[in-house]
Amino acid sequence: MIAIAFLMLFLASITGYLVNRQAALAIRSGGTRLHSLAGFHGLYSLLLIMVPALLLILLWLVLQPVVIERMVMNGLPAGTLEGLDSGAVQLIQAEIRSIAGGRVFGTPDPWKLEAAERMNSLQGRAGWLLLTVLTGLMAAALVFSRSRVSAEFRARQGVERIVLGLMLSCAVVAIFVTVGIVLSLVFESLRFFSMVPVTEFLFGTRWEPQMPIRADQVAAEGAFGWIPVLLGTLVITVVAITISVPIGLMSAIYLNEFASTRFRAVAKPILEILAGIPTVVYGFFAILTVAPALRAAGAALGIPVAPNTALAAGGVMAIMLIPFISSFADDALAAVPRSLRDGSLALGATRSETVTKVLFPAAIPGIAGGVLLAVSRAIGETMIVVMAAGLMASMTINPLDSVTTITVQIVTLLVGDTEFDSPKTLAAFALGLMLFLVTLAINILALRIVRKYRELYD
Amino acid sequence: MMNVMTRTEAEVGAGEQIKVEARDVNVFYGDKQAIRDVSVDILDRTVTAFIGPSGCGKSTFLRCINRMNDTIDSSRVSGLITLDGQDIYARDLDPVQLRARVGMVFQKPNPFPKSIYDNVAYGPRIHGLVRDKAETDAVVERALRDAALWDEVRDRLQEPGTSLSGGQQQRLCIARAVATQPEVLLMDEPCSALDPIATAQVEELIDALRQEFSVVIVTHSMQQAARVSQKTAFFHLGNLVEFGDTDDIFTRPKDPRTESYISGRIG
Repeated sequence: MIAIAFLMLFLASITGYLVNRQAALAIRSGGTRLHSLAGFHGLYSLLLIMVPALLLILLWLVLQPVVIERMVMNGLPAGTLEGLDSGAVQLIQAEIRSIAGGRVFGTPDPWKLEAAERMNSLQGRAGWLLLTVLTGLMAAALVFSRSRVSAEFRARQGVERIVLGLMLSCAVVAIFVTVGIVLSLVFESLRFFSMVPVTEFLFGTRWEPQMPIRADQVAAEGAFGWIPVLLGTLVITVVAITISVPIGLMSAIYLNEFASTRFRAVAKPILEILAGIPTVVYGFFAILTVAPALRAAGAALGIPVAPNTALAAGGVMAIMLIPFISSFADDALAAVPRSLRDGSLALGATRSETVTKVLFPAAIPGIAGGVLLAVSRAIGETMIVVMAAGLMASMTINPLDSVTTITVQIVTLLVGDTEFDSPKTLAAFALGLMLFLVTLAINILALRIVRKYRELYD
Repeated sequence: MMNVMTRTEAEVGAGEQIKVEARDVNVFYGDKQAIRDVSVDILDRTVTAFIGPSGCGKSTFLRCINRMNDTIDSSRVSGLITLDGQDIYARDLDPVQLRARVGMVFQKPNPFPKSIYDNVAYGPRIHGLVRDKAETDAVVERALRDAALWDEVRDRLQEPGTSLSGGQQQRLCIARAVATQPEVLLMDEPCSALDPIATAQVEELIDALRQEFSVVIVTHSMQQAARVSQKTAFFHLGNLVEFGDTDDIFTRPKDPRTESYISGRIG
């Protein structure tokens, strides 16, 4: 049915386009000048038919199952659902649905078979109803748009208005989704803060969320101070940034200013491959290669090294960030006008003097923006730290210790047995909200800096 | 070929020394030949103007004199260019040192994104010409005075060079080039981005700078060439067509192509 509806939509739109275009061409060949090109008259009709019809189909697809289900459930013999909780009702609903779909298990009760049959006939009728309504709607749009065709009709402006509306609604969708995500975080966090005081969460220095969620479980009492988790995140981020920024910058400067074209042609794609490696693979690398190597090195030097150190996780995260920083710095350096480069060289500056004294200062806002974006990526990075960092939250800034991060805690809190009215689970949302706020602040700062630097040369 | 106007020793007036000597210079960009067999003598303390239609190779030749063509990967230069008798394309010559002796001012003002002071002090600092703050101050002031910019910027030396007007920026670039105490100053259409008043100021400046060094200026404006230069070279399609005293070139051109160009028929 839906396939037929789309086919009809397609055919009607094309028809509308051709009819209106033909009508407009006829007026023009009659010797009258048209306000809009004939193509715009055609497009006007096409959009007028397609947009409302498409909306109707989508709305129908969303609402039809809900309405039919409601009708079927209401049509069940009186008293069948009495005394059942919502879970049992959902089970019955699902069973009826699968019988209607032709998947029958065992011998269902006769009233279920009856309901399934009813569901099927309702669906069939709904399909025909959709086609009828759709035909009516499209025919009305076709007739209306054809009646508008005249020499003075401003079809181009009409088309532009409709397209503008479409673009606006696309933009609005993105905004609504963002708002929705933020609101869901905020509401769950509020529930959490009704169980755990905000001050304890923000200023507490103990993070032990392993509280019992069933009466027979043995676990800690639960403490929800995010400071040690934040500290762990910062330690790993600092490690990652201190390693990746110098390497990324140096490689960008080398590639941009010194490398031969041939070397650049080989090196740049390799750097980009690094950016395409899935983070879970970096995670393997961290636990299988880097962490044991660090431990062996520590043992050789007589320094105690934890099995899953912040250094290993941060170091591997740094490898992930190198291409990111390098490509940002590369863009920033390439955006410095050639005239500055020439000006410096013509004064007898060497290439390295030109880079350090002219190009680098000119590119610094762009580079700083890139570094900040890298910081927010490091803070939000999940997979590498889930695999390579620890689980215990400890108040330490020693990169050789095991630390945990916000993202790791969110994952562990939501994996396994969960119950959405326990502070243990809800704490994940509070952490998520904090993570969101921190990265949002950094991103805003970064975009500001980047924008400021764009203005410098344009 | 008409492209060499060799001057006998007798023609060279008293006190006129040859600063830069070019013989049979060819420049290629990849397979394309940009200029062919150009030979010119540039005198000390003289303004030499290169004129000619767009794409005739005058800027390319100018950039040979301080080896700025080296920065373009595909370029290749043959022939001989000497500065005070020393081959500037010799294997053991460092282009960095050459560029300290042969300064350059570009078509578009290109101040560095630094303060006015740091812009001017850039060259002296990288070449180690100044030892302390007081010396740097003195060099900066002298260069800005030479570029006739001192009175306008003396109270705001710490403001960014990009905050100046176009004409002031160009004079800042001239001050920056002068501060390294070059022996030759190359100017590649220095006034093409400037309004008439700023142009007049820069032209005055060029005339004053002639007291200290040899100036070579590429220009699209024949009036400008006639106003500021003593010697003029006319380039056409990569060839040096005619070279001589500015007065002669503009009043009694020997080559019909020169005559066509200065009377506005080609170009």
